[in-house]
Amino acid sequence: MTNKLQKILLGSCLALGLAAAAPAGAEELRIGYIASSTGIYAQVGKDMVDGFQMYLDEHGGKLGGADVKFIVEDDQGKPDTSVTKAKKLILQDKVHMIIGGFLAPTGYALAPVSTAEKTLYISSVSSADDLTQRQLVKYPYFMRTSYTSSLPTHPLGQWACEQGYKKIVTIGADYAFGYESVGGFQKAFEDCGGKVIQKIWPPLGTKDFGPYIPTIKGDIDAVFSLMVGPMSLQFPKQLRASGYKKPIIGGGTSYDEFALPFMGDEVIGDVSALHYSAAIDTPANQTFVKAYRAKYGKVPSYYSENNYTTAMWLDAAIKKAGGKYPGPEAFIKIMQSIKLDAPRGPVELDDMRNPIENVYIKKVEKKKMFGYDKDELWNTVIKTYPKVSQFWTYGKEKFLAQPVYDRDFPPCKFCE
Amino acid sequence: MVSQQIKIAMVAAALVAFAYIVPHSGSFVVLLATRAMAFAILAMSVDLLLGYTGLASMGQAAYFGVGAYLTAILAAKFHFGLGWDFWLVVLLGILIGAALAALFGLFAIRAGGDYFLMITLALGQCAWGLAYRWNSLTGGDNGINLNARPSFGLDLGNQVTFFYLVFAFFAVSMVLMYVLVRSPFGRSLTGIRERELRMQILGYNTWLHKYIAFIIAGGFGGLAGVLWAHTNGHVSPETVVLTTSVDALLMVVLGGAGTLVGATIGTAIVFGLREYLSTLVPWWQYMLGGVYVLTILYLPMGLMGIPSRLRQRIASQGKSEGSKRLATKPS
Repeated sequence: MTNKLQKILLGSCLALGLAAAAPAGAEELRIGYIASSTGIYAQVGKDMVDGFQMYLDEHGGKLGGADVKFIVEDDQGKPDTSVTKAKKLILQDKVHMIIGGFLAPTGYALAPVSTAEKTLYISSVSSADDLTQRQLVKYPYFMRTSYTSSLPTHPLGQWACEQGYKKIVTIGADYAFGYESVGGFQKAFEDCGGKVIQKIWPPLGTKDFGPYIPTIKGDIDAVFSLMVGPMSLQFPKQLRASGYKKPIIGGGTSYDEFALPFMGDEVIGDVSALHYSAAIDTPANQTFVKAYRAKYGKVPSYYSENNYTTAMWLDAAIKKAGGKYPGPEAFIKIMQSIKLDAPRGPVELDDMRNPIENVYIKKVEKKKMFGYDKDELWNTVIKTYPKVSQFWTYGKEKFLAQPVYDRDFPPCKFCE
Repeated sequence: MVSQQIKIAMVAAALVAFAYIVPHSGSFVVLLATRAMAFAILAMSVDLLLGYTGLASMGQAAYFGVGAYLTAILAAKFHFGLGWDFWLVVLLGILIGAALAALFGLFAIRAGGDYFLMITLALGQCAWGLAYRWNSLTGGDNGINLNARPSFGLDLGNQVTFFYLVFAFFAVSMVLMYVLVRSPFGRSLTGIRERELRMQILGYNTWLHKYIAFIIAGGFGGLAGVLWAHTNGHVSPETVVLTTSVDALLMVVLGGAGTLVGATIGTAIVFGLREYLSTLVPWWQYMLGGVYVLTILYLPMGLMGIPSRLRQRIASQGKSEGSKRLATKPS
């Protein structure tokens, strides 16, 4: 024990002393990664790091020929701490770029750091809409490899309308990600002729939907849910138990692979939309899913896929840059020039540095997949909307002219 | 017994050494020290209540939060407080913290003990609820970003300059609070902590004394919030959340309630473990937990109790066991 303590003390003294003077070798790519390894989002954080690490391991710890120094810092699930840790990575470890960040607020907190420190920040999960929309001008060193919250729910709104649903009630977690996802769905659904007749906002982390379910209006065609984390497990269970028989559709996080293995058979038939499903039936995805499952013992969620793809993207970009990091502006240009074939399908960046990617409408089914011998729940793809942009079909100018989706935007015109 | 002058000299020397060493030890250390000092002002304000007045406040983050939100809102929406008007923001931050404390105090000071703790907790959560739900003003969950630090001749965007500014605020706050607790008013607070009924019988308006102490603590909380908002340039409901209050309380208990230096040491240790050790090892939480548990088990008076523990041990050598037990009884 004393020995260990001595080591720690010695270590901290050394680190304190050497903090200032530790720039590393020239041909090394230093990547700082922000994820939670403690706090309530620790599991998501692990999925994120695992995805990135798996690509590194598959490629001998190199990206585009450069040796990678991959430094993970724990943001403890707090946006404020993520800023401290990002600064540590930039100031002390002299990283070339920061990647990661889970929550939308984390993305909002880290983007200004990238501007202030002139260091690239790649948001590989955080999906806050406005960062690649109205606020992008403020963040010249920011780009995204994941999605905007409303990117998958726009097509879902269209799809729901095409199913002949006329009246829908939305129930979504009461924070920015919820507003943006629900907003995108409502906009597309109503533009196609549907009506959202009620919007319910339970707080993030709600464990009992008892008070909300009875308020859901009776005369409707479907419920749209936007749940996050443990909420995803609870809501469909309670809604079905209350005797509700009509369809439930949802944003991606309501049924993603992070929650799906813990769900019961009552969710079979529920439909959701996201830019990734572990059940995409392509050879590229099958290889990815099998390798990931063999390594980490679980089916990859989009958190893992997004980060695996980010690493793949970096690999291609560094290679194109000649095995060296060329500085943030040049690097972003290279990233924009790459068309990638990822497990999720083809991806490329638009001119606002957000991916253009397929959106998958997925139905939960119980089946065998990829040669696994047990019946499991999978998000079977029932329709693919190819090459969806964050502006959907509205066009960039028209879309950016409207405010960012919020609790009260789009207004609930048909609410009774 | 070390005399008071020597103690002051020791603290002053430690502060000077700190101000000299930190800027020479790497930018991340400077950033951490800056954050820790801003938070230490909050911890000392908690100590004013807990250690000197005997009021365990669980809502100190509210004053911290209004100070921080005020700074962020003024800067982000009105571009106010980024030049010389920064000093005005400091003043406003102190005032708004004090004003909120004056309001909350009306409800909280009526109660004592556990009830005080519960009421301050509830009021603190009200502040959090506002920060979280008043989207148009606070940006809700996303919080508010401050894109630049103030610059007025001095460019606070420079880490080291900002460090010295916060250091100055920290040192001045410490001196002010020290003067306060040594003043007759401070003595009466200690009297209230020890035995409120007796103070009442002596003719003191103990409600008013506690109320004033509560407001002063709120003012310092607001000041800490203003500085905190500029350390990371980001204010979110996480700043006002219950754990911020609890952290401040734990730091005080860890360092030793009833000593301003103790509150500072507690802050330094928690920040060191949580934000520095966590960059080195994954098991930092065990260290933090261990430190808390060991302190509460063996040092009920906090780390500042160590010298007196040592003295007692030396003094009790050769004496009977009974007197030793009596001597180490926590107050």
